Amino acid sequence: MRTLAARSVRWLRERLPLAPAADVLARKTVPMHRYSVLYYFGGMTLFFFLVQVVTGILLMLYYRPSAEEAFESVQFIMTTVPFGWLIRSLHSWSANLMVFFACVHLATVFFAKAYRRPRELSWITGCALLFLALGFGFSGYLLPWNQLAFFATKVGTDIAGSVPVVGEWLLRFLRGGERVTGGTLSRFYGWHVAILPALTVALLGLHLLLVQIQGMSVPPAAEGEAARRRPMRFFPDFALRDLFGWTLALGVLAALAALFPWELGEKADPFAPAFKDIRPEWYFMFMFETLKLVPGGEILGIEYEAIPILLFGLAGLALVLVPFLDRGGRGRGLTVAGILAVVYIVGMTARGYRSLVPVYAVLATALVTLILGLGTRRAREAGE
Amino acid sequence: MTEEAAGQPGRRSFLNWFLGTALGALAGSILYPVFRFLSPPQVPEAATHEVEAGAANDPELLERGFRIIRFGAEPVILIRSGDGDLRAFSATCTHLDCIVEYQKDRRRIWCNCHSGEYDLNGRNVAGPPPRPLQPFTVHLVADAAGGQKIVVSKA
Repeated sequence: MRTLAARSVRWLRERLPLAPAADVLARKTVPMHRYSVLYYFGGMTLFFFLVQVVTGILLMLYYRPSAEEAFESVQFIMTTVPFGWLIRSLHSWSANLMVFFACVHLATVFFAKAYRRPRELSWITGCALLFLALGFGFSGYLLPWNQLAFFATKVGTDIAGSVPVVGEWLLRFLRGGERVTGGTLSRFYGWHVAILPALTVALLGLHLLLVQIQGMSVPPAAEGEAARRRPMRFFPDFALRDLFGWTLALGVLAALAALFPWELGEKADPFAPAFKDIRPEWYFMFMFETLKLVPGGEILGIEYEAIPILLFGLAGLALVLVPFLDRGGRGRGLTVAGILAVVYIVGMTARGYRSLVPVYAVLATALVTLILGLGTRRAREAGE
Repeated sequence: MTEEAAGQPGRRSFLNWFLGTALGALAGSILYPVFRFLSPPQVPEAATHEVEAGAANDPELLERGFRIIRFGAEPVILIRSGDGDLRAFSATCTHLDCIVEYQKDRRRIWCNCHSGEYDLNGRNVAGPPPRPLQPFTVHLVADAAGGQKIVVSKA
């Protein structure tokens, strides 16, 4: 038995020379310093992506992408298919957690200046992956074909329509016609289960490969500490910690899905008025809320509405180009810009949810976080 | 190590057992819902006992000699043989689930998929079908317009 196993391994090794890869993995280390915890966020995002792949494939077995059947098929999944409610809730919760951790990952990489030479490509692929994740979120939101999804898609695609020059084409391209119909649903389904996954897998492969080639970046503020301390072996020490985090994440995800199953709402009706509290996914909220504040009117033939949309587009472009905007050194300017962006996004998101979460609760949370952050920093500085 | 060497359960073997069980339980709690999800739920269908199958002088029936009717979710073949005799059978070939037709000139029920052949009593007489077609009962009932309508019911 043993010799057979050994021989099969040898047989495989001869035909599949993985030894160099195993070698790289065995030699890989992770720098140790006070910000080392930041290295877990990318892996966490990856974990939720894997959950999305598995649960998404399972949902495809019962989901039917047509205006007549989509809502009913999701209803069938939620009420009749064994554990269907669990699989769909896992998919919805994990989607949100994935976007959340992708944002956290992006923010930490940004503030730790980990995008600097030679990691510009890791940053650009990472940004592209975030945009893909948002595309997944936007297209997936419509699939249950409920009222909320229907109106969110109408509004979202209409926003794309107000982009100057290409807007009209873009709107038709997204909707697959003039209006949001069953045709839009088929189209979004195609994007959601075929086009976006294919792009994501390719980009994710590149992103992970780049991380393996270049290793972990050390934030400028922790360079001294990282040089003093011994790095941790990736395998098995860091991998085990990663795995522990994933197990924890799975536990939290399962608890959320089981205790707060995702609701389905009412079937989309193109001839019913939009109901109160119509809102997009939370990660689009800051843009949605900004648009609410812009009055109607036009200047030089451009509608007011198009101005913030253009600005958001430029901001997205600036985000991708961050490694080239960075002038080296301490990079104070970019840090300040990043902090302002975070404050704007959090503030606008909080404003969007003010009917659910009172503003003072948000302000109090921000204040406590700030005090804790400054306190920890001071304690660290005193300790050093 | 020394404890284990002496045949006593050591801390290592306890931890291995403990971790192994925990991982097994975790795998089970993931795989069980997935397995159950993959097995399609039973969707109850209304039991059908009798359906109306149109007028006795339906032109399609007269010309082609047969019509496929819906008996609940099940296809049933209604045949009018040359002598005006009405018969009905399950239209699902007993070989591999195709829908059969009636060949008027040959007075045979025929399956195009694999050349299965049944006679007018539903008996499998040639080709691969392993069993006869299940027969249904046909009645003629007077309808409101003074004509006759066909009623098919379970035999």
